[in-house]
Amino acid sequence: MTFALALEQLLNGVQLGFMLFLMAAGLTLVFGVMGLINLAHGSLYMVGAFACAAVAAATGSFWLGLAASLAFAAGAGALMEITVIRRLYNRDHLEQVLATYALILIFSEGTRWLFGSFPLYLDIPPLLQGAVSLPGGAQYPLYRLAIIITGALVAGGLYLLISRTRLGMRIRAGESDREMIAALGVDIRTLYTLVFALGAALAGLAGAMVGAIQSVQVGMGEPVLIFAFVVIIIGGIGSIKGAFVGALTVGVVDTMGRFLLPQILTLFVSPADAKPMGAAIASMLIYLVMAFILAVKPRGLFPAQA
Amino acid sequence: MKTSLLAATAALMLGSACMASAEPVKIGLITTLSGGGAGLGVDTRDGFMLAIKQSGRKDVTVVTEDDAQKPELAVQIADKMIQSENVDVLTGIVWSNLLMAVQPGVVAQGKFYVSTNAAPAALAGAKCDPLYFNAAYQNDNLHEAMGEYANKGYKKMFIMAPNYPAGKDSLTGFKRYYKGTVANEVYTQVGQTDYAAEIAQIRASGADGVFVFLPGGMGIAFMKQYAQSGVKTPIIGPGFSFSQDVLPAIGDAALGVKASGQWVKDLDNAANKAFVPAFEKEYGRLPSIYAVQAFDAAQLILSASSKASVKDAKAFAAALNAADIKSPRGNFKFNTNRHPIQDIYVTEVVKENGVLTNKTVEKIFTDHSDAYAKECKK
Repeated sequence: MTFALALEQLLNGVQLGFMLFLMAAGLTLVFGVMGLINLAHGSLYMVGAFACAAVAAATGSFWLGLAASLAFAAGAGALMEITVIRRLYNRDHLEQVLATYALILIFSEGTRWLFGSFPLYLDIPPLLQGAVSLPGGAQYPLYRLAIIITGALVAGGLYLLISRTRLGMRIRAGESDREMIAALGVDIRTLYTLVFALGAALAGLAGAMVGAIQSVQVGMGEPVLIFAFVVIIIGGIGSIKGAFVGALTVGVVDTMGRFLLPQILTLFVSPADAKPMGAAIASMLIYLVMAFILAVKPRGLFPAQA
Repeated sequence: MKTSLLAATAALMLGSACMASAEPVKIGLITTLSGGGAGLGVDTRDGFMLAIKQSGRKDVTVVTEDDAQKPELAVQIADKMIQSENVDVLTGIVWSNLLMAVQPGVVAQGKFYVSTNAAPAALAGAKCDPLYFNAAYQNDNLHEAMGEYANKGYKKMFIMAPNYPAGKDSLTGFKRYYKGTVANEVYTQVGQTDYAAEIAQIRASGADGVFVFLPGGMGIAFMKQYAQSGVKTPIIGPGFSFSQDVLPAIGDAALGVKASGQWVKDLDNAANKAFVPAFEKEYGRLPSIYAVQAFDAAQLILSASSKASVKDAKAFAAALNAADIKSPRGNFKFNTNRHPIQDIYVTEVVKENGVLTNKTVEKIFTDHSDAYAKECKK
């Protein structure tokens, strides 16, 4: 194994981590502030990707598509909150899971009804095409670097928003005691809608960025959603910092596991068995890590104070 | 008493009336019309219904249901169609794992199954059945063709497929014919969307060719990411990774890719020259391989039902086996295990009038059958 390959794989892990962070940040905010399990978060990711693909196809500009993905996902999120989610805050988690699962089905079939069953085309903007050279001679796709940078900017922005602004202060207050901040005269309904729309916009942004290098199709959100849940469980539910650390952990562990495990296993068993076996264990690896972290720290790495 | 006697007489008369012409046939089409795999199911249904429509037959009815790509749901639908809707022939399932769940129940209840796509090794070999026909291929065929093709210019291949039975069959099929060195063999997760880790391994492997079997959305994601990675090693693969249903979503990243198929849009035969424009006119898009396979499955059932009564299983099976159809694929006949013997071609992705599609490069196998036929004893 060369240095170049190891560096490339590490960057791949970090890039997957930042993408997961965009998903997990919204999910964990909504859970932390409103105590709501939102299974339909993956649908907002899909809305972002479809909005970006449709607008990019109509106008020819990826950047307009990216803006549209933010707007449409935030809009869909706000609409979802006002019509359905708002009625679920005082119910138990099982009912929230049922209702938001129904939303997944509605969004999926609604999208199919609008766009058809075939995957849409979304390409990387010309500005970000191609690969750049890294130290050690490796080449790395420019677009993936752009995802890493965007993820880092969003993480920094969220940190500032939550720790330095009035809105952030209210979000933190809502996390610790929602009755008290309502009693202090904060419009809690609008605050909830805002937080929900913010989380939705981040999911939409992730969907649009990833849509350009993956397949924009119905049901694309659910596999990512499972990853995002693992991330927030590892990080501690409700904590943005936890989501950040959890996302990078999951991204790097998953990528390195897929890459290294089949090779390590060839030292112990025959190569013909090692390849499928290594792949199978690699796909379990993040869940093993999650189980281990839960055994050591049952509330995750950075539990939100509650 | 009187009414039941009357009903019995009526039934008898109806029966004899039908014997005069052909017995009416009811077909149950179970396919994937929702979820991520729906594109394949929609093409299956449309190809099948085109043949039914063209035949103009009033004695053939088709009931269609969506299996949502779920094995348990497909089994329920099949049982319901057989027991309460009295269908005679079932067809349409896209996925091998669904077919493995459905097929035993169908043939155990004495009904025919004509597969439009799924073709797991077990059903072609030891578990074959006189009531089970496959109008598509056997799962390994297109991979075998690429193994044979790779012998012509690639000394060291990197091969990759998802970690599930069809994925393992794929790499086994490829290696059955490929005589060069396998640089690395990688199994990915089913439904995986990010291939950065695998692409890095391709870059490091020093292979001079890459064989990938990644159907549906997986292939779209891989091809787009590969094009951005700066790795220039040529890609080859079985036809379904670069079929008409996914090409528009991959975009120009697919240009130049060599693949295998038992049907290509530009095949030079009369049936194909009629089929492609007819499909395009009816549905406003180019047909995929799934549409062709379903079109032929429908033709087979139509042809058999005009020759024999579906209630007479032996005669109907013989009529199906005769494969008296004009397939857009050209040569088509059944082997002893009721799987096709057909030609297989190497294709290349090209752009025609701004639309991405496949064109024929060469015929790689003539009258190719599968490796499991000798294990079929029924």
